[in-house]
Amino acid sequence: MSHEHVSNTKRIWNVFFLLSAVTIVEVILGIIKPEALHMTNFLGMNLLNWIFILLTLYKAYYIVWAFMHMEGETTALRRSVVWTVIFLVIYLVFILLVEGNYIYGVFKNSTIKWNF
Amino acid sequence: MGATVTTNTVGKTWDGANEPLGASYGKLMMWFFIVSDALTFSGFLAAYGFSRFKFIETWPLADEVFTHFPFAHGQNAPMYYVALMTFILIFSSVTMVLAVDAGHNMNKGKVAFYMFLTIIGGLIFVGSQAWEWKNFIKGEYGAIETKGGSILQFVNAKGERVKLEEFAATLQEDRVQRTRGNALWFGSEPALPTYSVAEVQAGFKSNPDLLIRTEVIFDKETAKTAVGAHPTLNDREFHTKHKTILTRAESEKMLANAVLVVEGANLERNEYGSKLFADFFFFITGFHGFHVFSGVIINIIIFLNVLLGTYEKRRSYEMVEKVGLYWHFVDLVWVFVFTFFYLV
Repeated sequence: MSHEHVSNTKRIWNVFFLLSAVTIVEVILGIIKPEALHMTNFLGMNLLNWIFILLTLYKAYYIVWAFMHMEGETTALRRSVVWTVIFLVIYLVFILLVEGNYIYGVFKNSTIKWNF
Repeated sequence: MGATVTTNTVGKTWDGANEPLGASYGKLMMWFFIVSDALTFSGFLAAYGFSRFKFIETWPLADEVFTHFPFAHGQNAPMYYVALMTFILIFSSVTMVLAVDAGHNMNKGKVAFYMFLTIIGGLIFVGSQAWEWKNFIKGEYGAIETKGGSILQFVNAKGERVKLEEFAATLQEDRVQRTRGNALWFGSEPALPTYSVAEVQAGFKSNPDLLIRTEVIFDKETAKTAVGAHPTLNDREFHTKHKTILTRAESEKMLANAVLVVEGANLERNEYGSKLFADFFFFITGFHGFHVFSGVIINIIIFLNVLLGTYEKRRSYEMVEKVGLYWHFVDLVWVFVFTFFYLV
């Protein structure tokens, strides 16, 4: 824990403007939905969605690092929190999305269209 | 050692009053809670993704569902409102971190001021969410559910959405909502929809311009197998994503299968499309809203403690830091909910 007790108000505002800018970009993209991005698929999802997800992770990084002051914690604490969550989330998302996609195929090619 | 706070314990790992990972007990426990709560939310969002992938061709399009903005009635304003909510929450995160910063400098007045702003931001956010829920539950256009459980919506000859009230016929029907007061002492039923299926069908018949829009998103994949898709109203060049509009003949055939009139949304069915969509919406935004609400309550408690000078006496504003962690976490979750419900 670095308790140097210096006011870093400037950095807080910088991060705020950064997060706002990213949100504005997201909203603009969400409203105009550029065709080149929206209709081009990459790894099962369109490019626009990939951009949204990457921008979200970018925002999440700044919230955790700057606002939650993760940058000031010890390396061990940082890794125990961040690596654990990232690993489990990737695992969970991978399993569920692959399974969801499989069930989509089952419904599409059989007489049962939905049952749960 | 009791509750004394020692500062220099390096090298005395087993003597107690030691701070593993350089964080105090309270802060470490807050991180434990945050990690487990983050996994809970990830579970919800991943389940949402699962259901969405399962019904990838028919999932509702967010910008057709969330189109309201306060004092802008009848205007199509997708996203602006949630964007505003996102700003409010990010801003209240900023005031929170400024309160923590002021706490480091032992500036009681500033801590109280920023905590106050944070609470106000949180309240505005919860209020906005309530308004969003109200619109979602009330619905706007109304729809028909078929025997097979799919949702049919109505459009005019230009492909624009039409409300049920704009065309439904008025028939002489004496169907009355069943309550415990009339006839059945043991049971009642939910409020009846404004129009009956027969009224919607009759109205559809007398308006030859009307067409039906199904849940299926019209894209390269579904266009190959689409039966009765309208020749001109669907985007055959695939420039945009939209729901499939049927020809008049096919529309009439589909409407013959109608069994229910759906207005707005509840946990069983909704006029927007997939039943699971409303369930996830209520569950995830509701759970998040509950977190914001608890956060506001906790912030108020800490705010009062700041005013009473509790932390001034303690010579440490670490409590503000701990609730700050929780509050930022709530903001962090919203960033993801925003992406997966409104953008993607």
